[in-house]
Amino acid sequence: MTGQATMATMVTDVLPEIVLVAGGVLVLLYALLAPRRLQGGAAVVAMLVAVAALTVALAMLPGTELVTFFGTYARDRTALWAKIIVLAATVAVIGLSAPWFRRDPRHGEYYTLLLFSSLGAILLAGATDLKELVVAMLLSSATGFVLSAYHRRSSQAAEAAIKYYLIGALANSAMLFGVALLFGLAGSTTLGGLAAGLPSDGGLALVIGVGLVVVGLAFKIGAVPAHAWVPDVAQGAPAPVAAFVTTVPKVGGFIFLARFVIALPPDAAGWQPLVAVLAAATMTLGNLACLWQDDLRRLLGWSAVSQTGYGLMAVVALGSSDLAVPALLFFLLAYVLGNLAAFGVVVELRGRTALADVAGIGERRPALTAALAISFLSFIGVPPLNGFVAKLLLFLVAIQVGYAWLAVAAAVNTVVSIFYYVRVLAPAYFGRPAGTVAVLGRPAASATFAAAAAVVVTGVAAEPFVAAFAAAGLVIR
Amino acid sequence: MLTAAIFVPIIASVGFAILPRGRTAGPGAERRVQVLATVISALPLVLVAASWLGFRGTGAFEQVEAVDWIPTLGIGYRVGVDGLSLPLAAMTAVVFVVAIAFPVDLRGRPVPYFALMLFLEGISIGLFLALDLFLFFVFWDVSLVAMYFLIGAWGHGDAQRSALKFFLYTFAGSLPLLLAILGLYLVTEPRTFDMAQIIRQQPLPAGSPYAILVFIGFFIGFAIKTPLVPVHTWLPPAHVDAPGPASAILAGVLLKMGTYGFVRILMAMMPDTWAQLSLPIAILAVVAIVYGALVALAQTNLKRAIAYTSVNHMGYVILGLAVAGAAVTGQEAARAIALTGATVEMVAHGLITGGLFLVSGAILARGGTYEMDEYGGLLTRARSLTGLTAVLAFASLGLPGLAGFVAEIQVFVGTLAIYPVLAGVGLLGIVITAALFLRMLQKLFLGSLPERWRSFPDLTRVETAGLGLLVFLVVLIGVAPAWLLGVVDSFAGPFVGRP
Repeated sequence: MTGQATMATMVTDVLPEIVLVAGGVLVLLYALLAPRRLQGGAAVVAMLVAVAALTVALAMLPGTELVTFFGTYARDRTALWAKIIVLAATVAVIGLSAPWFRRDPRHGEYYTLLLFSSLGAILLAGATDLKELVVAMLLSSATGFVLSAYHRRSSQAAEAAIKYYLIGALANSAMLFGVALLFGLAGSTTLGGLAAGLPSDGGLALVIGVGLVVVGLAFKIGAVPAHAWVPDVAQGAPAPVAAFVTTVPKVGGFIFLARFVIALPPDAAGWQPLVAVLAAATMTLGNLACLWQDDLRRLLGWSAVSQTGYGLMAVVALGSSDLAVPALLFFLLAYVLGNLAAFGVVVELRGRTALADVAGIGERRPALTAALAISFLSFIGVPPLNGFVAKLLLFLVAIQVGYAWLAVAAAVNTVVSIFYYVRVLAPAYFGRPAGTVAVLGRPAASATFAAAAAVVVTGVAAEPFVAAFAAAGLVIR
Repeated sequence: MLTAAIFVPIIASVGFAILPRGRTAGPGAERRVQVLATVISALPLVLVAASWLGFRGTGAFEQVEAVDWIPTLGIGYRVGVDGLSLPLAAMTAVVFVVAIAFPVDLRGRPVPYFALMLFLEGISIGLFLALDLFLFFVFWDVSLVAMYFLIGAWGHGDAQRSALKFFLYTFAGSLPLLLAILGLYLVTEPRTFDMAQIIRQQPLPAGSPYAILVFIGFFIGFAIKTPLVPVHTWLPPAHVDAPGPASAILAGVLLKMGTYGFVRILMAMMPDTWAQLSLPIAILAVVAIVYGALVALAQTNLKRAIAYTSVNHMGYVILGLAVAGAAVTGQEAARAIALTGATVEMVAHGLITGGLFLVSGAILARGGTYEMDEYGGLLTRARSLTGLTAVLAFASLGLPGLAGFVAEIQVFVGTLAIYPVLAGVGLLGIVITAALFLRMLQKLFLGSLPERWRSFPDLTRVETAGLGLLVFLVVLIGVAPAWLLGVVDSFAGPFVGRP
């Protein structure tokens, strides 16, 4: 942090955030003033806001990496790339949402919630202070609960939102307790302060404090032990919202978790084995739950859980491998794009979700089925899709830091995962279509195909991203 | 030129995939698509042949084409040839042309079928030409996906189940391979996936537990693909239920990816560890030889029997490789002979067994069953079928004057010098396969002709031409192998350090 930081220069460090706040308010005003038949225009305004914020974040990439706002907020390339991924995903989700909510007469404010929820994830990615963590978590969670229940009359959506809320409330309060403990131990809430002030022999209090904060973050990224909301929300929430809450908050949660663990005294809290065990448990549990799933959206939810487990391998390697940050960022990129493509297909199929409904769609909708196949093959890790590069990096860092057993566990899980992904793809391609396959419309299709194409392109042309991610620092002070 | 051989069919397959659908319906259109696909599939063969003419046999990688791909991780697009990869790439191109031209039940979906076949051709040639571990692995994995769809969509019997078993099993093999590649990559200095550099660096000396783990990863990955007993169980269902041309590709080309990996990666990059373990590997190979032959003998299903002879033949290859990598000083000449024999066996098996699987496809198309007991006396009705099958069967059992003999004699000569006892046991396999193939020929073509095969049609012109090309090469390698042995020896000699 520079000594002469003035308010004016600090404001330029959070330009994307300011764009999102102002844009969210703008969308809300539009939704209040526009007549019902023009509510769809809110999507256009929100799209412009997200693109503007995305442009600003891209423009900030060449800047210097520092911690701003008195040690509470990082402006480094890791945070910027997380913002870019979050905002690109938000753009795609807006594309998916526009046709989905077309008939909802008061959906203008939906886009405000969407923008504020992205803001929450972005704040998480930049936060270097535990109090800021709390604020960002609440912003991201509260909007997520409302978004999940946006179909007020759907009992499934209500059930999903309640479950999401209850687990969230529990996890967030646990996290608050952990934050208080760590504050007491270190005398500071900034990560820089934790790194300097946490006693390496903190004993039980340190372990419990760290554990509780990790539980809160596990809720956000959908990891064991706070993962149970993911399949319900994936199945019950409006499909575009499911695409959003299984991807965007996860980006923020992962980046904060990464900052948090490097602030801890090395090995004092045993965080490395803790995260490794969580990773193995998460990938295995998510995988096993997928095996006999007959509901495509629920399957995607559980597969999101298992993917989180793979991503945690990068966190295990933080601090001991030069490739841990690029592995984490590339995983997030691959995961977000793949999940958007998969949920995009569900949206485009008008939310039809029983496995029987996909039989034979390969013949009727070849492009859409190809998008689904690309996304699933990328989840499995088939080259040259981006999921392969992500898995390669994750395996690489796990082996590099001496956690080869974790890489083997991930490999075994990958083999298991083929079974349930193929259980969807085989009937889609080899089955006989039952009738016509109705689809939703152009904006949703465009977003889905863009995501699927990006899965291929960022896999084949991975170098610019790997190189950029390798140059990204993860600063905490 | 090598790059063109890889990407012409791949790009063509993408073009096929986006072909307008209305133009490809009906039998006339199916024929046109097949002719077009066959012509395209022949282009890589021409390009590889041109590369063969320009091949100088220096012992190093030649005609290298390289560009950076992901330089941050030391990954490059690197292709080239040497005396090992060139014959395999050429064999691949030949088998694919014949398989693509060969008639098959298209189930009304000609375009995706030929798109997948062309795609797989480019991928397979690419795998043999790849000089970068990352690129190698990309081709390795993608080939599984393409084959999965070929079996699942155009197979018969319990095709989807066999396809899934194939995919799960071989993907399970590719993950230890990936972990081993990463393990090896991490000890290179500077870190690189460049095969030539890793071979020069020899980064992982034998002895450490780390080296053993990496070795096991590679070994499991290649052994499943080869396949070695006891990890061969994916092979019979996949072969039996795949459409004829796809099983020809599977046996002729995809199995070679495993044996090729053993030489190109495991033996070249970890020779000390290979030498330490060469005796157990040789024993495993002999088990595969005898077991494969015995199980094949017990089959009544034609395709299943041929499938198990693949297990037997791949055993010869592994035996040759184990001998070639054994650390026996003063026996460089014997080791080089074994390595040459193993390589020629890969080529010969691709041509012979590829041909035999096409034959079984032709028989299924006419008779509707693979059960050998249902047939008999076909000699009187189908003379070209009988003649071509007989040559291929004799080649497969190792009759002198045909390709299989050239390969197997060298493997056994090499083995006699290093592991004489194993050579003796291995010879059992040849005796059993001889019995098996003679019985197969007898059941299909000799004896009395059942009434219902009175009008059994002989091979069509396309089938005769395709199988004829394979048989011609099998005889050519058997009678005048010098052009092939010279190329292979330019690799094998320097590889074992023969002065």
